[in-house]
Amino acid sequence: MKKSLGAVAAAAAIAISLSACGGGSASSAESAKGEINYWLWDANQLPAYQQCATDFQKANADITVKITQRGWEDYWSTLTNGFVGGTAPDVFTNHLGRYGELAENKQLLAIDDAVEKDNVDLAAYNEGLADLWVGQDGKRYGLPKDWDTIGLFYNKAMTDSAGLTAEQMAKLDWNPQDGGSYEKAIAHLTVDKNGKRGDEPGFDKNNVAVYGLGLNGGGDSSGQTEWSYLTNTTGWSHTDKNPWGTHYNYDDPRFQESMDWFAQMVEKGYMPKLETTVGASMADTFAAGKSAINAHGSWMTGQYTSYKGLDVGIAPTPVGPEGKRASMFNGLADSIWAGTKKKDAAIKWVEYLASAECQDVVASKAVVFPALKSSSDKAAEAFKAKGVDVSAFTGHVKDNTTFLYPITDNTAKVKGIMEPAMDAVVSGKKPASSLTEANNQVNALFK
Amino acid sequence: MTTITKLPDPVAGGSKPQHRGKTLLRAGRGRRLGDLRIALLFIAPAMIGFIFFYVVPTIRGVYLSFTEYNILGDPEWVGLDNYTAIAQDPLFWNSLAVTGQYVLINIALQTALALGLALLMHRVAKSTLIRGALLLPYLMSNVIAALLWFWMLDYQIGVVNQFIEWAGLPRVAFFGSEEWAIPTQALINTWRHMGYTALLIFAGLQAIPGHLYEVAKLDGASAFQTFRKITIPLLRPVLVLVLVVTVIGSFQVFDTVAVTTQGGPVNATRVIQYYIYQRAFTESDFGYGSAIAVILFLILALVAFIQMKFLKGNESDLD
Repeated sequence: MKKSLGAVAAAAAIAISLSACGGGSASSAESAKGEINYWLWDANQLPAYQQCATDFQKANADITVKITQRGWEDYWSTLTNGFVGGTAPDVFTNHLGRYGELAENKQLLAIDDAVEKDNVDLAAYNEGLADLWVGQDGKRYGLPKDWDTIGLFYNKAMTDSAGLTAEQMAKLDWNPQDGGSYEKAIAHLTVDKNGKRGDEPGFDKNNVAVYGLGLNGGGDSSGQTEWSYLTNTTGWSHTDKNPWGTHYNYDDPRFQESMDWFAQMVEKGYMPKLETTVGASMADTFAAGKSAINAHGSWMTGQYTSYKGLDVGIAPTPVGPEGKRASMFNGLADSIWAGTKKKDAAIKWVEYLASAECQDVVASKAVVFPALKSSSDKAAEAFKAKGVDVSAFTGHVKDNTTFLYPITDNTAKVKGIMEPAMDAVVSGKKPASSLTEANNQVNALFK
Repeated sequence: MTTITKLPDPVAGGSKPQHRGKTLLRAGRGRRLGDLRIALLFIAPAMIGFIFFYVVPTIRGVYLSFTEYNILGDPEWVGLDNYTAIAQDPLFWNSLAVTGQYVLINIALQTALALGLALLMHRVAKSTLIRGALLLPYLMSNVIAALLWFWMLDYQIGVVNQFIEWAGLPRVAFFGSEEWAIPTQALINTWRHMGYTALLIFAGLQAIPGHLYEVAKLDGASAFQTFRKITIPLLRPVLVLVLVVTVIGSFQVFDTVAVTTQGGPVNATRVIQYYIYQRAFTESDFGYGSAIAVILFLILALVAFIQMKFLKGNESDLD
């Protein structure tokens, strides 16, 4: 209680004048009967997990699961308020970029004993996913639930009229000097208001009707969907080691060269200006026919393929200078709050979420790829049944061309520094060499 | 409080005429104590609220500004470290500059427009319906007003940009470009607050005695002369109040930024309140955030003091 009063006071002191910061709290469990609260942020996945909860309750009549979905924007601050105020959910969907800090502040329950006692087979998950959730102290803070990789969504009508076949789209290569066949394809797909293509003489870069490549934003510290699928094919990686690196590498010439190329795409008129991307979502502008290719995450597959009258293909990300593709491999997990009063029920629920029963249900809804290998395959089939070929995403896992989301301490602060720095580069205000200065600031956080 | 200090008055003391002199004093003192108790009782609800929701958090906030505190652990005393770090923090200075730009645009426009509207309400638009309609934007929540404009001013799908394009002009990235982001937010808030500010000024206008205008008219003063020599001087206390309140309000701009640009593009809209929020709530650095909040408090206190002192807001020329 002492803690919570202090925190409320602190929040109030700072927020006297901050109005409208989302509040709210989850109703805490009233009795030992066993209602557990579970939070997730992705509304698309809610139906699948609701189904899991119903099945779970059938098998465990004494436990009820109350699921709350909260948008990503408020998710983490509401969760933090809950930790301090004692109203946090017993179980919640956790993110790699966040859990290190939460574990360090002792907000997560280590579940090693339960995992051992209940014989959870960690080898059944896609490679590396289970290890991600072992903290710096060697303890396990979550069981993996899903994973995602990056691919190229493209407008088939546009590639057809540009004379690009699906085979060609699947065999693109890229390098930071001339952009390889990837840049050639993007240039050819770019069309100005007079109908001239980006690689034709007389192309008017100031009046572009269709951009070859869409832009989501500057990509801040991770560049998950924006640029990491390119930068990390050069042999560069975000940090000295992963997970738990203590040094970031935004000063590396390979990275800066890649980012200069990326910014040039805007300069050449092949990619929209950063300032025009504030507001409408990248997927919606793609659907409106404003871009031909969008690099985006596998979790967006449902949205891209659901626009009426839009024929969408999915190509793998291009092959880089070292002869390999690269995709960030991000995975979520379910974690238990250290302050839960329903520890055993929470463990049961987490193990159920991580089991084939639940992950097969998730797979059948064809929204994300479950963490279990067997369920992953089922998800791919479910997508196929909907007429969507997701091999561009699964290929990364099969060919082992993934790299992990950078897991370090201070991730929120790193993002705070890198977001404006990357925006300045992508908007052409500063050269990529300016990232060295930002990198020094980032690395100063680890001293 | 004033009623207590003004007591005892002779009439009250005269209720018991047989005990004049010393006893009157004693009776007065007893009465005073009784009044004090009742007064305290009546003040108590406001006082308790003030102490628990303002004084205690303020003291706590000042204390936290000298600590390193991530809300989940315990605060750790670091002395002036946060303040020395802030002095060297380019983002802090940037936030001051950005906020200053916002305040200037917002206040200049809002006050001028509100004064104009108030004069129109006073002289021309006597209809209550029209006067009420001016207040409509103010009835909308800040967040909704911001989102509505965010949508209307969108570069790709916004209706405003459709009109601009029809007019043969290039589209404007109202929220996306560094040059436009802050003026756009200032204009949105001007739009929303203008009617309310006009209403405050309008109330001030009505307090000016009509005979002064008649006299001015008899003396052959032009409308502009009347405005400059009579309206503005007599309106000064109200204008000062309006300025103090709107300046402080503008310094606290947060919600519009939080639901639209979130500090970007680059650092163009990283206003001071948003920066405090970012450091404290997003980056869990409550000590640092509190320290900036304390600095903002000092700045606002200084600004209000200067305004009151030099514009003589607490005196009226009507006296």
